[in-house]
Amino acid sequence: MSTPVIEIEGLSKRFVIRKDKSLKERLVNYHRSKLHKDDFWALRDVNITIDSGSTIGLIGPNGSGKSTLLKMIGGIMQPTMGSVHLRGRVAALLELGAGFHPDLTGRENVYLNASLQGLTRRQTDQYFEAILDFSGIERFIDTQVKFYSSGMYVRLAFAVAVHVDPDILLVDEVLAVGDEPFQRKCMDRIRGFQHEGRTIVLVTHGLDTVAELCDRAVVLESGHVIADGAPRDSLRVLRSEFEQARQDDIERHQSTADSSPTELPRAHIEGIEVLSGGVPVEEVPVGAPLTVRVHVRADEPLENWILGFGIETAVGQSIYGTNSKLLGVHLPALNGALAYDFTIPATDIGEGSYMFHGAIANEAGAEVHKLLEGASLNVAAEGRETGFVHLRTSLTPSAALR
Amino acid sequence: MAYQHEVRLQELAAEPMRPAGPRQGFFHGTFQSIRDVSSRRELLNQLTRREIKARYKDSVLGFFWSLAKPLAMLFVYYIAIGKFLGAQRSIPDFAIFIFAGLTSWQVFSDIVNLGTGSIVGNAALIKKVYVPREVFPLSVVGSSLFNFAIQLFILIAATATLGRFPTGDRWLYFALSLAVLVVFATALAFLLSAINVYLRDVQYLVEILLMILMWASPIVYSWTLVQNALAGSNGVRPPIYPWIERLYLANPMTLVTLGFQKAFWVAGDAQPVSIKNGVLITPYPPGLGRSLFLMLCISVVLLWFSQRVFARLQSNFAQEL
Repeated sequence: MSTPVIEIEGLSKRFVIRKDKSLKERLVNYHRSKLHKDDFWALRDVNITIDSGSTIGLIGPNGSGKSTLLKMIGGIMQPTMGSVHLRGRVAALLELGAGFHPDLTGRENVYLNASLQGLTRRQTDQYFEAILDFSGIERFIDTQVKFYSSGMYVRLAFAVAVHVDPDILLVDEVLAVGDEPFQRKCMDRIRGFQHEGRTIVLVTHGLDTVAELCDRAVVLESGHVIADGAPRDSLRVLRSEFEQARQDDIERHQSTADSSPTELPRAHIEGIEVLSGGVPVEEVPVGAPLTVRVHVRADEPLENWILGFGIETAVGQSIYGTNSKLLGVHLPALNGALAYDFTIPATDIGEGSYMFHGAIANEAGAEVHKLLEGASLNVAAEGRETGFVHLRTSLTPSAALR
Repeated sequence: MAYQHEVRLQELAAEPMRPAGPRQGFFHGTFQSIRDVSSRRELLNQLTRREIKARYKDSVLGFFWSLAKPLAMLFVYYIAIGKFLGAQRSIPDFAIFIFAGLTSWQVFSDIVNLGTGSIVGNAALIKKVYVPREVFPLSVVGSSLFNFAIQLFILIAATATLGRFPTGDRWLYFALSLAVLVVFATALAFLLSAINVYLRDVQYLVEILLMILMWASPIVYSWTLVQNALAGSNGVRPPIYPWIERLYLANPMTLVTLGFQKAFWVAGDAQPVSIKNGVLITPYPPGLGRSLFLMLCISVVLLWFSQRVFARLQSNFAQEL
C-alpha cells in the first residue's frame, strides 16, 4: 500500500539562451535578440507519479535534464508548462554545502542549514548531537567551514539533511565525495529511510548505485523520458543509449580522420552466438561446457588486432572478460567475414541471466567496435549458492581433531 | 519499522497535494506570501545572524567597524560643514543634529544598498534550495536594524550627556519616522533586488541614486536653509520655487530625517520663526506628523506592490542567476 507523494504532469521547461546581459547590449541588439532568441527545452512533457516509500533514480547522459527535473521537484525552478505537485516535507541535498557560509563555523552552519531545511532552533538543538556524531567531524565543528576539506563539507551537509526528518529526500550526485566508510554510512542511512517509508529521488551517474538502491529508474534523454521502470530495464536502455553514442563517435572518427595516425580500421562484430555441444542455447546448467562464437566482418584488411568478449549481469555489472591478447593468441590479418570461437570448458558462474558482449580493438587497445548484449544466457542451478561464481562447495563435519 | 512506515503513510495520505515552489498570481498570493515568510521566521532569524556575524568575521575589531563609518562621517561633516562652512552658527547642537540625520540615513542606505544585492549575493542558495526568497532582503533589513540599534543607542546617550534627552511626544515622531523608513526601504529592497537579478546595472544605479537622495534630504544642512534659499530674494520669488519645495518634501527621506530631528534634536526647537521675502520660514514644515502618516500609508501600498512584483519575478530567479 502506498500513496503518491509527487505528481508530475505534462512538465516542460524552456530556457532562453541569451548572451547579452547589459542594458547597452540589449538596446543595441534589441531587434536582433528578438529574432535570434535561442530556445532550449530542458524538459519536454514529463509525466511521472512517484509513490511514497519508493526510491527513484533519475539517470541519463549529461545535459539530459535530470538536475533540472530535480530542481523543479524541489520548487527551485518553475515549470514553463505543466505542474509538479507534492506533499510532505522535502529536504534537498543538492550540492556540496550549498547553504554553508564559508565564514561561519561548522556549528553555526549546522543551525543555518537546518533552518534552511525548515527545522526550528529547538529541533536542531535536539538533533545536534546526532548530527555531529553522524558527521564524524567533532574536532572541527567550531572551525570556519572555509577551512574544511570537501569531504568534511559533504559529511556535515549530509548529516544535516538526513536529520531533518524529510518525507521526500532529493539527492543530486553528492555522495561520491565522501570516503568509503562514510559512503557506506550514507547508504545504510538511505536504506533506513527506505524502511521508514520515506521517498528518495536520486540523480546520479553511478549506475551501480541505481541498480543497488533504487526500485525504479527513470531515464531522461534531451528532456524526454525514454524509459521508466525497473532499474534493470531502464539501465539496459541507458547503456544501449550510451553505446549508441559511443558508436556514433567512433564512426565519426573513422569517417573524418582519414589521414590521422590514429586511424581506426573499418570492422565490426556482426553477432555473438552461445553454443553448448555445438548447438545454440539460451539456457545451460551450471558447469556445462560452452562456446562463445564471435562473428567478425572486416571491410578493409584488419591487422594486428585484438578480439575479446565479456559477460555482464542483467543490470550491467561486468563479471568476466578476456581477449586474444590476454590469452596470448596472435590473430592473423582478416579481410572479410570470419567467426572465432572462445571455448569455455565449464560454465562455473552462478545462477542467473547474463549478457555477452564482443569487442574489437586495434593493437594499442583503442576500441574499433563493440557489440553490447550480443547474446544472452540463463544459467540454471539448484539454488545451492548465491553470487556470480560456481565453487562446487559441499559441507561436512571437519575431520580435524579438536 | 513497519509501524513507522504505516504512520508516515497515513499522515501523508491525509495531507493535500501542493504545488512545488511559490504560487503564481499577482493578487491572490499576498496572504500566501505572508504565510510562507512567517512560517520561516526561524530561517529569517538565522540569516540575519549570519549577515551580522559574517560581515566583520575575520577582522580584529569586528563589530566596531559598523560604528566606525557613521562616526567618521559625523566627524567629517561636523568639521567641514559645521566649522569650516559655518553651518554650526545657525544650527544649535550641530553634532546631535547631524548624527540624528546620519543615523536614519545609514540604516536606509544599508537596507536599500545591501538589499539590492541580496538576491544576487545569495545565488548559491537560491539555486539549490527552495525557501521563500523574501527572506533574503528581509534578513538585510534585520541586520541593518541591528546596526541601527547600536547607533541609536549612541545617539540617545549623547542627548542624555548634553542634558537634552528627548521626552514626551517626540518619541511618537521617532516611531512614525522609523516606520516610514523601514517600510519604504523594505519596499525598495524587494523591488530592486528582484530587478537586479535581470538587470545587474541596477546595483550601480542604486549607489548613485542613494548619493543624490542623501543630499536631497536635510541631513547635513537644515530645512531652514532650504526654505531660505527657496524664498527668493529682493521681493522676487520665481513661480517654480514653491514646486521645488513641494517636491523636496515629497521625498520620504526628507520627512524621515525631519522626523528624526524633531525627535532627537531637542535644541532645534529653539530655532526662530522668521519671515524672508514675504515667506514664512519655520523650523519644521507644518503638519509634519500628518505628512509622515500619509507617507506611511503610501509606503505600505508601495511595499505591497513591490512584494507582488518580487513574487512575480522570483519564479525565474534560479535560472537567471
